Amino acid sequence: MIKRLFSFVLLTGLGFVFYYALTNITASRELTGVSAEYAERGAAELGAANLVTAIVVTYRGLDTLGEVSVLFLAATGIAVLLRRKKGYVQARSEDKRGSSEILKTGTDFLVPIIVMFGVYIFMNGHLTPGGGFQGGAVVASAVMLQFLSNPSYRLNHTVFGFIESMSGFFYVSIGILGIVLAGGFLDNRILPLGNFGSILSAGAIPVIYTLIGLKVGTELAGILDNMRRDA
Amino acid sequence: MNIIFLIGFALMITGFWGMLTQKNMIKIILGLAIVETGVQLIMVAFGFIEGRTAPILDSAVPVKKAVEMIVDPVPQALVLTAIVIGVAVNALALTFIIKMYQKKKSLNITEYRDLKW
Amino acid sequence: MELQQGIFILMGVAMIVSSIVAMYVKDLVSSVIAVGVVSLFASILYLILQAPDVAMTEAAIGAGLSTLIFLYALKRTRDTEEEND
Repeated sequence: MIKRLFSFVLLTGLGFVFYYALTNITASRELTGVSAEYAERGAAELGAANLVTAIVVTYRGLDTLGEVSVLFLAATGIAVLLRRKKGYVQARSEDKRGSSEILKTGTDFLVPIIVMFGVYIFMNGHLTPGGGFQGGAVVASAVMLQFLSNPSYRLNHTVFGFIESMSGFFYVSIGILGIVLAGGFLDNRILPLGNFGSILSAGAIPVIYTLIGLKVGTELAGILDNMRRDA
Repeated sequence: MNIIFLIGFALMITGFWGMLTQKNMIKIILGLAIVETGVQLIMVAFGFIEGRTAPILDSAVPVKKAVEMIVDPVPQALVLTAIVIGVAVNALALTFIIKMYQKKKSLNITEYRDLKW
Repeated sequence: MELQQGIFILMGVAMIVSSIVAMYVKDLVSSVIAVGVVSLFASILYLILQAPDVAMTEAAIGAGLSTLIFLYALKRTRDTEEEND
């Protein structure tokens, strides 16, 4: 009873705070401060047409590195907590009914196309909406389709682990190269900026976003694989 | 624009209400997911400017005029990473719930009283 | 502008109703699907708010992967005979 009262009081207080905020918000009319600076100089400085990508990869690149590490730690934690014992053998997948021929053929047809779409998204991250996180999620969706349509599908952990650790390693290496060759950590101007608007432009941004996409995709696929019951 | 803020605040209130009153642990995590959606919606709405277009420069949005034509890109970049973090945190919390369920065979949070005196 | 306001109100009502449904129903699977619906409508709102990057992320991760992760967790906490570890 006292708990009910407590949550009611808490929610009412929160409601008052939100009401106060709602009546005092004024919609912004102009870009101010750091945003205006990014919008003014971003394209000329970094050569990326998509300003969100420019901010995520370069201006706030350190944040993104931290974020990728949080994702990596969460994936590792899940894998450690849900690990199997050594002697665990997969017994139950044999008596499960296999998927139908139509489902199998459809999956085999769709998975490469979905992976290709994900790769397209993260390679064009500096020109069009999208980038490493979105492309990685699309690649993980391809793995998700494989899991859903084929219950006895096994993920090749050696290949996925190798891709994940290599992309993380090269991501940090490119960041350090930025200190040596250009202005600072994760500076994209270690490669020439190229023509504004073409796919091979914006210096190292496509390379960094491709690495992020591979890392995020393999990590999300790993999380899905660990959450699944019989793998 | 106030409608978007209203939706965000309403989602946050609903999520907090669910987290405070529900007994099922999976429901609590679902409430957390709703709160996350509300917060992200509010953050994107803060960067929105009426009558402007997405922060992507092309033939329609020339580089010289970008400052007067695009919405604020910084909140979008922050929310982008927040969504990915959110799903990872939810997955980790669900993993803890799975381990707790394997020990006690119950999802009811009131039965976990080991740390209560 | 009128049309935009109308769309906002419709989406908002749909999102708030499905979030309340998610917290209120007893069946956990319906609850998970309702949270997925909230994410899907949120991604449409991001698109209207001129944030295509965020809309893509929310649609792929919030509505797709996150729902499946919740469903896997439900499946693992539902069976009475869990593999002993």
